[in-house]
Amino acid sequence: MNPVIAVSNLGKRYGRTIAVDEVSLEVFEGEIFGLIGPNGAGKTTTMECVEGNRVPDKGTISVLGLDPRRDANALRQRIGVQHQEAHLQKRIKVWEAVDLWRSLYTRVVDTDALLARLGLEAKRDAWFMTLSGGQKQRLFIALALIHEPEVVFLDELTTGLDPQARRAIWALVTGIRDRGTTVFLTTHLMEEAERLCDRVAIIEHGRIIELGTPDELVQKHCPERTVVFTSDDANVAERLQGLGGVEHTEGNGLTYTIRGSGDDFVTDVINIIAREGIRVRGFRTEIPTLEDVFLKLTGHGIRD
Amino acid sequence: MRPPFLRGFWKLTWVETKIFAREPMGFVATLIMPLVVFIFLGRVFGIGKSVTAPQVDLPFNPAILAAVLIAISAVQSLVAIISIYREGGILKRLRSTPLSPVTIMGAQVAVKLVFTVISLALLMIAGKRLFPGVLQVNVFSFTVAVLLSTFSILSLGFVIASVVPTARFAQPVSAAVLYPMLALSGLFYPVDRFPRALKTVAYLLPPTHAVALLKGVWDGSGWGAHWMNVAALFVLFAAYTAVSTRVFRWE
Repeated sequence: MNPVIAVSNLGKRYGRTIAVDEVSLEVFEGEIFGLIGPNGAGKTTTMECVEGNRVPDKGTISVLGLDPRRDANALRQRIGVQHQEAHLQKRIKVWEAVDLWRSLYTRVVDTDALLARLGLEAKRDAWFMTLSGGQKQRLFIALALIHEPEVVFLDELTTGLDPQARRAIWALVTGIRDRGTTVFLTTHLMEEAERLCDRVAIIEHGRIIELGTPDELVQKHCPERTVVFTSDDANVAERLQGLGGVEHTEGNGLTYTIRGSGDDFVTDVINIIAREGIRVRGFRTEIPTLEDVFLKLTGHGIRD
Repeated sequence: MRPPFLRGFWKLTWVETKIFAREPMGFVATLIMPLVVFIFLGRVFGIGKSVTAPQVDLPFNPAILAAVLIAISAVQSLVAIISIYREGGILKRLRSTPLSPVTIMGAQVAVKLVFTVISLALLMIAGKRLFPGVLQVNVFSFTVAVLLSTFSILSLGFVIASVVPTARFAQPVSAAVLYPMLALSGLFYPVDRFPRALKTVAYLLPPTHAVALLKGVWDGSGWGAHWMNVAALFVLFAAYTAVSTRVFRWE
């Protein structure tokens, strides 16, 4: 399969600070690809170089077979862009922004249908400054989609939004992918990356330190599994001897925490509980997330 | 096939015009302020030829001062808008569309010129009503001269907008740069009597040529006699625009 976006050995520095260093990645048609990492890791710089809005110092970039700098005009008709923390004119009306953007592209979608799809019909005549954070982001998505682009770039789409608005945006992004558009996004929210992305690249200090599907990365770096259950039965700890690594803590009843690793671990625990006939009042599993992967790879949390 | 410059130009100009008309403060500063200055000075000192003023001898023409103030407030408004747009990432967003940079800036200039005409029309109406018989000037010729002056001074606005660090500094910085130019423009004191160095500076600033041209149009000596000033306004526009394309920051 040919990549829609191919980046190799991208480098960019600001003065003496190296923002992006030897970044190489490929994004394939119809996937949601996420560039994830803390603020200042080089996500936005990388993305803006790929969009053609920033000039890299070195490396090669190809988007839809075009060079983002040389073929900027042709490319702008085929990609949609949403910037981090962007604004529009305070007193521009929603329909005026959509109307202006429509006049700039050769092929455009129907305004009403697009506004309806993004839940903005009721806000047609509202000034930009009166929109909520979620509505503003939905308008920016509308503007990025107005010309049915083949690739959409979304930079820190849900930063600063409340959880409800964030979920609504996630559903929209999944919808974009399901219509066949390739999505390249950045985020520092691991939950967002895990929910949305088909593949992610973890970037830190301008370098990509890991790349793969969220599942792959979790399996590879954090194979640990934890089962926590509560039971009033006696001698539970002894009856679980076959598993090893059992801790237990007293609580309202007795809570047992069992740690292990591998795909079969949880099944093994369930089998033993069933075989021993232990009466279980509560049962849950803890599976590591991308956040744990990030912590393991970098030695610090994403917000540190 | 449309020329790339025109893609979105009229639509953007129209949208920006509407947005500006919705902005209460910018509206007042651009349209009302020069009018108030004109009416106040006209009431106190009289209009037109300063020798005919009744009580006090005012050594300059309030109508020309008002016209130059219109141009300067247009520039201040331009600087404010550009710095706000830059700070909010609006310039960056517009730039990542198929709009050309020339179109984005050209639309702003067009809006300022539209409001210059409106402002000037208000001035003329007020002049005709409040000081009957004094305004003998060719309205069309004077309007064209004011537009050309504004156009030329706006190029300085782009240079100022390039050096203004944040939107908060837009107003004070542009005032600090523009009002001294007004003092050097020859409106209050003849440029010929400046020391040599100051004279050179004055001739490198568009307001000086704007004042010379407006005075000429006012007292009837006309465009022919001031072709050098007209040429200077164009040359300075080209020069300052060239400077701003090198130093301008989009984000």
